[in-house]
Amino acid sequence: MPREHYLNATYGIRSWLLTTDHKRIAMLYLVSVTFFFFIGGAFATMIRIHLLTPTGLLVTPETYNKLFTMHGVAMIFFFLIPSIPAVLGNFLLPIMIGAKDLAFPKINLLSWYIYLIGGGFVLYSFSTGGLDTGWTFYTPLSSVYSNSAVTPAVIGVFINGFSSILTGLNFIVTVHTMRAPGMTWFRMPLFVWAQYATSIIFILGTPVIAITLLLAGMERMFHLGFFNPALGGDPILFQHLFWFYSHPAVYIMILPAMGVISEIIPTFARKPIFGYSFIAGSSIAIAVIGFFVWAHHMFLTGQSTYSALAFSLLSYLVAIPSAVKVFNWTSTLYKGSISYDTPMLYALGFIGLFLIGGLTGLFLACLGLDIHIHDTYFVVAHFHYIMVGGAVMGYVGGLHFWWPKITGKLYPEFLARVAAVILFIGFNLTFFPQFLLGYLGMPRRYSSYPPEFQVLNVMSTAGASILALGYLLPMIYLTWSMRYGKVAGRNPWPATGLEWQTDSPPPTENFDVTPEVTWEPYDYENRPDLGLAIEGAPTHAHGDD
Amino acid sequence: MVYITLISLFFGVAITAAIVYFFFKYRRTHPEQLGVPIHGDMRLETAWIVVPALLAMTMFAWGAVVYVDYRRAPIDTLDIYVIGKQWMWKAQQPTGLKEINELHVPVGRDVKLILASEDVIHDFSVPAFRVKMDVVPGHYNTMWFRPTKVGRYHFFCSQYCGTNHSLMGGWVTVMEPTDYAAWLSGASEGNENPVLAGEKLFADKACITCHLSDGRGRAPSLNGVYGAKVLLADGSTVTADEGYIRESILDPKAKIVAGYQPLMPSFQGQMTEEQILNLTAYIKSLQSQPVPATGSGIAPATGKK
Amino acid sequence: MHRTGELFGQYKTMEQQRETASLGMWVFLSTEVLFFGGMFMTYTLNRSTYPDIFSEASKTINLWLGAVNTIVLIASSLTMAMAVWSSQVGKKKLLTIFLVATLILGCVFLGIKSVEYHEKYVEHHIPGWNYQFEPGADVSTNAHTQLFFSLYFAMTGLHALHMIVGAGLLLWLIRQSIRGRFTPEYNTPVENIGLYWHFVDIVWIFLFPLLYLIDRH
Repeated sequence: MPREHYLNATYGIRSWLLTTDHKRIAMLYLVSVTFFFFIGGAFATMIRIHLLTPTGLLVTPETYNKLFTMHGVAMIFFFLIPSIPAVLGNFLLPIMIGAKDLAFPKINLLSWYIYLIGGGFVLYSFSTGGLDTGWTFYTPLSSVYSNSAVTPAVIGVFINGFSSILTGLNFIVTVHTMRAPGMTWFRMPLFVWAQYATSIIFILGTPVIAITLLLAGMERMFHLGFFNPALGGDPILFQHLFWFYSHPAVYIMILPAMGVISEIIPTFARKPIFGYSFIAGSSIAIAVIGFFVWAHHMFLTGQSTYSALAFSLLSYLVAIPSAVKVFNWTSTLYKGSISYDTPMLYALGFIGLFLIGGLTGLFLACLGLDIHIHDTYFVVAHFHYIMVGGAVMGYVGGLHFWWPKITGKLYPEFLARVAAVILFIGFNLTFFPQFLLGYLGMPRRYSSYPPEFQVLNVMSTAGASILALGYLLPMIYLTWSMRYGKVAGRNPWPATGLEWQTDSPPPTENFDVTPEVTWEPYDYENRPDLGLAIEGAPTHAHGDD
Repeated sequence: MVYITLISLFFGVAITAAIVYFFFKYRRTHPEQLGVPIHGDMRLETAWIVVPALLAMTMFAWGAVVYVDYRRAPIDTLDIYVIGKQWMWKAQQPTGLKEINELHVPVGRDVKLILASEDVIHDFSVPAFRVKMDVVPGHYNTMWFRPTKVGRYHFFCSQYCGTNHSLMGGWVTVMEPTDYAAWLSGASEGNENPVLAGEKLFADKACITCHLSDGRGRAPSLNGVYGAKVLLADGSTVTADEGYIRESILDPKAKIVAGYQPLMPSFQGQMTEEQILNLTAYIKSLQSQPVPATGSGIAPATGKK
Repeated sequence: MHRTGELFGQYKTMEQQRETASLGMWVFLSTEVLFFGGMFMTYTLNRSTYPDIFSEASKTINLWLGAVNTIVLIASSLTMAMAVWSSQVGKKKLLTIFLVATLILGCVFLGIKSVEYHEKYVEHHIPGWNYQFEPGADVSTNAHTQLFFSLYFAMTGLHALHMIVGAGLLLWLIRQSIRGRFTPEYNTPVENIGLYWHFVDIVWIFLFPLLYLIDRH
């Protein structure tokens, strides 16, 4: 391990709380998003236990409504949306393009504090009466009828939005102006492309939710009438404004994870990614098309049939670039040299689960079908497959992949592989029954349900206990490895990105000498420095293409 | 459903199988081994963009056809008014018979539900019929279905609406037409006929002072107006459906009939959804009354002014 | 701490630092477009749903004050542009003068705005605060005109907030300018804050006709 690196370069709490080093800021985010993951996870645990019996085992309906609302708010705004961009993106983006830091390091730190302040307001809301409007805050329930702590929650999410906006701004500008010599756009790692696409959504979408929540909050505080029909307003207008951001938000949650997968697969197949430009382009396509599908959440609000047709068509269109990615990742495995390391297990698990989540999106985009499955557990299962089976697996997989770089240590490989499998199995056991529940008609956000739905609910809860184990194990052994893990060295896998050419952990300045890039990404063939190609010995197991 | 399931299964299984197969077949056999560098293939990329796109279009088209049909109720329907409020459902049969958390309908008949909310957004959903529709405060939504089998079927509220959202459900009872007729007349005592209730309101709320039926009042006659096209002051026309009637009561200045002054006061906050429904029923009953030559808001048939 | 005009650690050249700051400001302004855009959309939709009532309500806001404010803001954009030019050609004294002029004009704008708001307060046109459109107005009229005023205050209020932030930025600029920190080689803050100021001006150029001018018989 290097003697001086970003973790030990300076000491003391001030050096952390006032840092402008993107790597330290990433670590600050790691701690805070993990905290919110626990909070959201605690609510989820209570939800699943409560749903063991048809009349509800644990809590009153009021409390249950608060549980699922707070689970959603905590997980979406304070865990999923920041997770990969603010932890892995912050840490890796400058290094991957050969820069010393992001374009605006102080704004980066400001982002974290804004996140904390927003989180503070939301925690205040949770602990002083809770929030029971659903994370979607539909009016007039949220702006007029709810008796819960809506206003602080809305303020908290509003403030948190600026954290996203500033992070997105930082990433975009950094990618444009801070690349090292020779790092052209098409030599950038796909993870960077993914962050760039995500950042476009950050800056264009988040302001709209900000203004929407501002208006809803004002309506609640001052009894105004934007969305309240009794005062001449339109509740459907709220939904349009809300979903204009919140649909692209789901792409904020999945695109970075896709970026992680695009790094892991070539590394553990030891070959270039199949269709680099298509994967890069599909990230941008998803970000752009994703802005035009929002009203597929509103097919049954009574909107015009024509607009429903348009949004259904566009929703099918946005599925295509995602499909392209899945095909390309799978093709990368063909004639690869595949190792079964933990990050690869997460990546493959991601593909399988994202596949199911994405295919079930086709069901929901189908207007005729949506009539039946809208607002049922089918939707809940669909988005958990993508958010948890996709985004969270991408995040945890990415944490494992870059853990040696971030901490300089290796985690215990066998235990990690076991945990990955446990996670995959637990996840499917938890959420697959929910597709069936939804198809059979069980509505979502129900604290009690007809008895015929109990068996599937019990199965889902049983699966959740296994899923929980799958999350706890990495938290334990990753923490353990920071002290007791084996030293990793610069490039344990080995992988081809710039980040693997510097020390583990990296020095504060990232590079001793600014790199000059002359090679294509994922180019194992022309990288003798990786120590892989041996003179005279067969390097390809399956014959040249 | 089956179609999309099959396509999904096909792709899902195929890709998973490919991944599993490659995972085992191409596993690393010695530590420094590389994979074969294949950068891409335009034909494959084109294929797997075009084929899924075409398949997606078929899924879209099929769903669109079903949906468009669902959004356009047939002409001759049995109309039932349904009001959702936290946390119960009130249904009103055409005779005025009211039900709470129950809905009785005859088998084999097209049934249209006109949905209104007294407070927040709800959703009326009958999984067995594969139908649902949001119930939004501020305007009416409609949904229709044709029950094909006698029996009792769950209905649920399917849009989160607060504390007792999960308790806001009930049963749809589908009966043979004769049983339905018997039930309807048998239980009708003590239930006010909505047309009569509406007629009483029309007088009590003083509508009758301006909306004279012979057209000589300050407001247009309402004979024959339900379902007709009304000519507005700005030259446009609008169909006088339930939504138009409701808007005219709550926000009369929104659409002024051609040739009339904006004198009508708003009844916002002074009427429940039920009262509005009763007035609507009464106005519907005037459909067959003679339309006066002048003093009606109905647009001329040939478009001549 | 870095002083204005020095090369920050993560950049390799001043050129890169300047380009980065400039791109950063443009990206930020694009987020502001979406931010205001949401409200403009809401206003436009409501306006087309209730054209007559909104027109009634809009007649009661002070057209002359609004018009004067428009001229004041445009003038301030002119002085801002002159400030940027001064910094580009190295005329440091002129730079400070134009920056101060811009600030003064901005304050005039805010002052006139407070007079307008006060008028609304006196007329009971502040939503949620003893709101009554006119004596004898019925519930529906009150509700719909209140919608207009809610949007009026939300939009102009948010705009005024941005002006206040702009004024703060100008104060900082003036301080730095007096200390002679800006040269033709380094005038990035002047240019970027100038961009911000012009943007806030443009928002007003849209607000004014939408709120004050449309359908004023």
